[in-house]
Amino acid sequence: MDTKKPLVSVRNLKKHFPITGGILQRQIGAVKAVDDVSFDIFKGETLGLVGETGCGKTTVGRTMMRLYEPTSGGIIFDGVDLIALGESDLRKIRQRMQMIFQDPYASLNPRMTVGSIVKAPLDVHTKMNSKEKHDRIQELLDIVGLNPDFVNRYPHEFSGGQRQRIGIARALALEPALIVCDEPISSLDVSIQAQVVNLLEKLQKELGLAYLFIAHDLSMVRHISDRMAVMYLGKIMELADRDSIYLHPVHPYTRALMSAVPIPDPDSTAAHDRILLDGDIPNPKNPPTGCNFNTRCPVAQDRCFVEEPEYREIKENHWTACHFAEVTP
Amino acid sequence: MTSIIEIKNLKTRFFTADGVVKAVNDVSYTMESGEILGVVGESGCGKSVHAMSIMQLIPDPPGKITNGEIIFEGRDLLKLSDAEMRKIRGRDIAMIFQDPMTSLNPVFTVGYQIVEAIRLHNDVTKKEARKRAGELLALVGIPGAEERLDDYPHQFSGGMRQRAMIAMGLSCEPKLLIADEPTTALDVTIQAQIVDLVKKLQDELGMAIMWITHDLGVVAEMADRINVMYAGSIIETGEIHNVYKRTKHPYTTGLLGSLPRLDDEPGTELTSVPGLPPDLLALPEGCAFAARCGYRDEKCVAERPILEKIAGYDHQVACWHWEKIEGDGK
Repeated sequence: MDTKKPLVSVRNLKKHFPITGGILQRQIGAVKAVDDVSFDIFKGETLGLVGETGCGKTTVGRTMMRLYEPTSGGIIFDGVDLIALGESDLRKIRQRMQMIFQDPYASLNPRMTVGSIVKAPLDVHTKMNSKEKHDRIQELLDIVGLNPDFVNRYPHEFSGGQRQRIGIARALALEPALIVCDEPISSLDVSIQAQVVNLLEKLQKELGLAYLFIAHDLSMVRHISDRMAVMYLGKIMELADRDSIYLHPVHPYTRALMSAVPIPDPDSTAAHDRILLDGDIPNPKNPPTGCNFNTRCPVAQDRCFVEEPEYREIKENHWTACHFAEVTP
Repeated sequence: MTSIIEIKNLKTRFFTADGVVKAVNDVSYTMESGEILGVVGESGCGKSVHAMSIMQLIPDPPGKITNGEIIFEGRDLLKLSDAEMRKIRGRDIAMIFQDPMTSLNPVFTVGYQIVEAIRLHNDVTKKEARKRAGELLALVGIPGAEERLDDYPHQFSGGMRQRAMIAMGLSCEPKLLIADEPTTALDVTIQAQIVDLVKKLQDELGMAIMWITHDLGVVAEMADRINVMYAGSIIETGEIHNVYKRTKHPYTTGLLGSLPRLDDEPGTELTSVPGLPPDLLALPEGCAFAARCGYRDEKCVAERPILEKIAGYDHQVACWHWEKIEGDGK
């Protein structure tokens, strides 16, 4: 994977949301939603991004597409520096990066038919005539497993899983290279989740798409990802290929997170080896000094409370931010 | 063991403008005292409505329990007056809900709300009740419990609110605790804390727990027995190992297959269940799962299967073809 050029390179990305207060609404602080995050996504691969509520995983996805203006840092998409682009150039390049959203109820306009929802990107970005558009829509609906006769129906006539398929068809319309999937399955029922995940995997194989797959369901992320990044309070704690993260996690947070996932097997002994974390995630307005994780870390030392650990490559393609990464067994 | 609650032929209907929603269809089962029963199913399968029916919290109209008996300690709950039922609710059978933010009153302190529950059912002074509330918060693992009694719900985090709800549920030492998706809104690390807590409390206090969830993982970890529900009916039930390891209903097999596991081989394709659950306004004549089932034949479409006991096992299944199904829960 080293020899390949990354499709997207994110370097030291920061997104801080200001907190204002007082009568003059002066800035009195900042929520560091994304704080110094770096990663690459290669062509045709899936990078899973996991973390608990409020860890900044959605903000990473949105900032990466410049839906939020980053506070600082760099985003290189296919050799182009996204930060430097003006609006019209940005619009052009966004054809190649699309997004699927969490809530299939809120992300489809209830007054538009399925056909017009899927057609919208074609109207904006292509010079197709109406016959070509019509054919393309039929083709797209067929790809995502919806009956092409449904073009004139409205979103409320569909179930959650079918709506998510409409969202996927819309994202595919312009043949993107990258799709940011922001919790695409978390509002769906288990049996429907599997349908959508199988579809995403099939499309990746056929069309060579790259995914940034954002979710909090660890077993699903492990299932779909080639590599995984674990976030906590705005920072990446650990990033490695799927098996390393699962079999040899080095960061204590990754270990605890992995062990917290219940396994649907009454004979599994995983629950006995569980690492229970104390307490809750600290308020991101007021993160702890030193390592972000020190308030809950079972192995924190004095050093962790004063010095912030460096995010570094400890083994080939295995990155982590823990002072003791090299010495953990 | 003695049975604590016995439900017979329970039917709950909602009479809406669009027609009759058949939310719970002929549900019968028995829970032993001190056991943990997992009730599993997808959205709209009737798992919450059936629990609300036990508590008689179904909004009427449009909802109505049209048939059945709920025998709790020798009495049929459905025949009790409202006043008698109020005494049972909270004291003998307590319920904790999915969303701790909406089920706690935001304008009263957490302490006030627990004290209220205690004093409603016990003849104690305010001071005693407050002391008990402090002990309960400490029991569920809230640090600085005494001081936190004067906090409002918004000052608690999601996990702490759920702990407070559990404290409230336990305040009168119920014999049966119904937990309706208590960890669904929580993160996995917090979920692990709550599951661990409930298991500990159950060991100490010995009450029976009905744990309603869509998460087959959590159930595998804590339950003794499991009811799998689909379209308002129990389609498979039994001792947890029997249901997970010798799965006999195609829907349960499908559900287990749709779950990726952290410990399985990467690259295994998920066996999704095709199609959608049926509309409860227009349930088919035969088996409700027939339309999505690979084993379907004419009999399935014509006639609804009822729960059938598998000889020699604590395991019942409602499927005409269960003998053909070689489930091993993956």
